Amino acid sequence: MIYLQLFLSFLYIGVFTIGGGYASLPLINQQIVIDNGWLTASEFTDLITISQITPGPIAINAATFVGTKVAGLPGALCATLGFMVPPFIIVTIFFFIYKKYSKVSVMQGIMSGLRPAVVALIAAAGLDILVTAFWGDGIAITLANLDLLSVVLTAAALAALKKFKVDQIIVIFGCGIVYALAEFVQRLV
Amino acid sequence: MGKKSGFNLWAFFRATFVLSAFTFGGGYVIVPLMKKKFCDEYGWITEDETLELVAIGQSSPGAIAINASVLLGWRFKGLAGALVGALGTALPPLIILSVMFYIYDFVRSNTYVAAMLRGMQSGIAAVIIDAVWDMAKGYFKNPIKVPSIVVMAIAFCATWVFGINVAYIIIVAGAAGAVAAIATKNRKEGQL
Repeated sequence: MIYLQLFLSFLYIGVFTIGGGYASLPLINQQIVIDNGWLTASEFTDLITISQITPGPIAINAATFVGTKVAGLPGALCATLGFMVPPFIIVTIFFFIYKKYSKVSVMQGIMSGLRPAVVALIAAAGLDILVTAFWGDGIAITLANLDLLSVVLTAAALAALKKFKVDQIIVIFGCGIVYALAEFVQRLV
Repeated sequence: MGKKSGFNLWAFFRATFVLSAFTFGGGYVIVPLMKKKFCDEYGWITEDETLELVAIGQSSPGAIAINASVLLGWRFKGLAGALVGALGTALPPLIILSVMFYIYDFVRSNTYVAAMLRGMQSGIAAVIIDAVWDMAKGYFKNPIKVPSIVVMAIAFCATWVFGINVAYIIIVAGAAGAVAAIATKNRKEGQL
């Protein structure tokens, strides 16, 4: 039964995806392209491209895409649910351990080590995005290749957030709209 | 801003749904957005606690964004909160991908969609810089926090320069914190 197969396949991916995001790609490739043949290699590449231009975790994107292709909306739901069950259970167990021992000095020590590490990981993710915004994907990082509009937009966005406390979602979308308008104007000229 | 109020399950669902719908570019992008929303705006949780829950979400299998929502949900409202958090975070990509499955060819070849996405990267980068600035500031103001700054610098280099899997970084940072705590405790007991 295809629904159960989808569920189990993504259940497996859910158990073994550690480290987030693109770390799960080889695993997804193994399950859906090689073992089950649900997607061809080129469809898998399409899936990665789609994941880059849409929000959300890549594994959920993969589950929805594969599920829809193989068995329509019910398939998408089964695959997505399969992926979500193992992390939900494991995270829940971790939460109760964290809650129970949060007053113990060793646990507090662990947490005081983790907090700055998480800030650093977020900073690194931000820097990756900044580089992509300024130079685009796969383009040499030189001053000549620098996308000035992106630099101005980022500075303006930062000012809007810091000085004027504009809502983050509005800032993100505003930048997108300005860039699209600039593209439009450029084509007119 | 400043509309601090008690926890509300519907507001939590709405927030996770909206944040998830606009989080392009991977799991860590949603963290600063959540921090802004739930700490600064709603005042439901402290910044330290948020970072701790995110670290736990990162050390578990699965997607960081969903794990973080589930953990925040447990913290706010038990099982009901956890389920709502999972649903709110998973629904947007589920809906968007179902639609995208049919309109992919149009979207991929559309210049304005590409330009819009390119521009949004600037906005996302600014949001993250803003949040990291706020979070890191606390560490640099306090001389006692020097070990934290060292952890931050090492973790940053490990992931950005050397591309080490974040799961290992989290484990090592946690272990270092544990060792430091045990050493401090032994020293104090030795003095008695």
